[in-house]
Amino acid sequence: MAWAVFIVLAVLTIGGGVGVVVTRNVVHAALALLVSLIAVAGLYLVLFAEFLALVQVLIYGGAIIIVLLFAIMLTRNSEYPRITDNKQWPLAALAALAFLGILIPSFLINRVDDTNPQNASFTGIGESLFTTWAVPFEIASLVLLVALIGAIIIARSDEEES
Amino acid sequence: MVDLVWFQLLSAVLFVIGLYGVMARRSAVLIVMSIELMLNAVNINLIAAASHMEGMGKFSDFDGQLIAIFIITVAAAEVGLALAIILRMFRNRSTVNVDEINLMKW
Repeated sequence: MAWAVFIVLAVLTIGGGVGVVVTRNVVHAALALLVSLIAVAGLYLVLFAEFLALVQVLIYGGAIIIVLLFAIMLTRNSEYPRITDNKQWPLAALAALAFLGILIPSFLINRVDDTNPQNASFTGIGESLFTTWAVPFEIASLVLLVALIGAIIIARSDEEES
Repeated sequence: MVDLVWFQLLSAVLFVIGLYGVMARRSAVLIVMSIELMLNAVNINLIAAASHMEGMGKFSDFDGQLIAIFIITVAAAEVGLALAIILRMFRNRSTVNVDEINLMKW
């Protein structure tokens, strides 16, 4: 049962990812990315990481896709269909396949004896987040604040500055 | 149950697809999408390792999931900043083609 779910979700994840990098329509690419991200949330459920699946659907499926669609909408012009791939795409494919050729043998050689997936409880994640990981948590809030202020300053139109 | 190595192979394939997208695409928005694919591949790897190997060494069961949460946070900040930079780029040069943004290129 877990295998069947895993195979379906893996096909959706890879298919969505391929759709992002091959389609010529930018909006279709964003929708393919959405399929891939939701399938990854399903993979988290196969791994018994319910909290991460929830966060994935909310932040990736909700917020990030909306922001990307905003970026497409605000920069929409007639040049999109003809600027999809650059001339060096065969070289890029070769380099990517070479990297895959490094990754796959390294994963296969260093196989570890794994146990069955464990259920990490919500309370355990919360306790760990606010005790062991309290300082990175605060730094993450600062990173978000700085990023949002920076985004506002960069994207502000020139008329407002004078 | 599904072994850890299958999740690792899936994440390797997804990472390589994102890598190809970053290298071969010319639209800045599509490059940002490919970066999201790569970040997701890393997250799959982390969470699979976290849930398959509990209590390894000095790491607790939740550390892998918490690192993945921080990656998602940084990814959200990155997309927000990328949108701002793409908008500014589009306003100044009226293009999102990264091949034409060659002011600092030798």
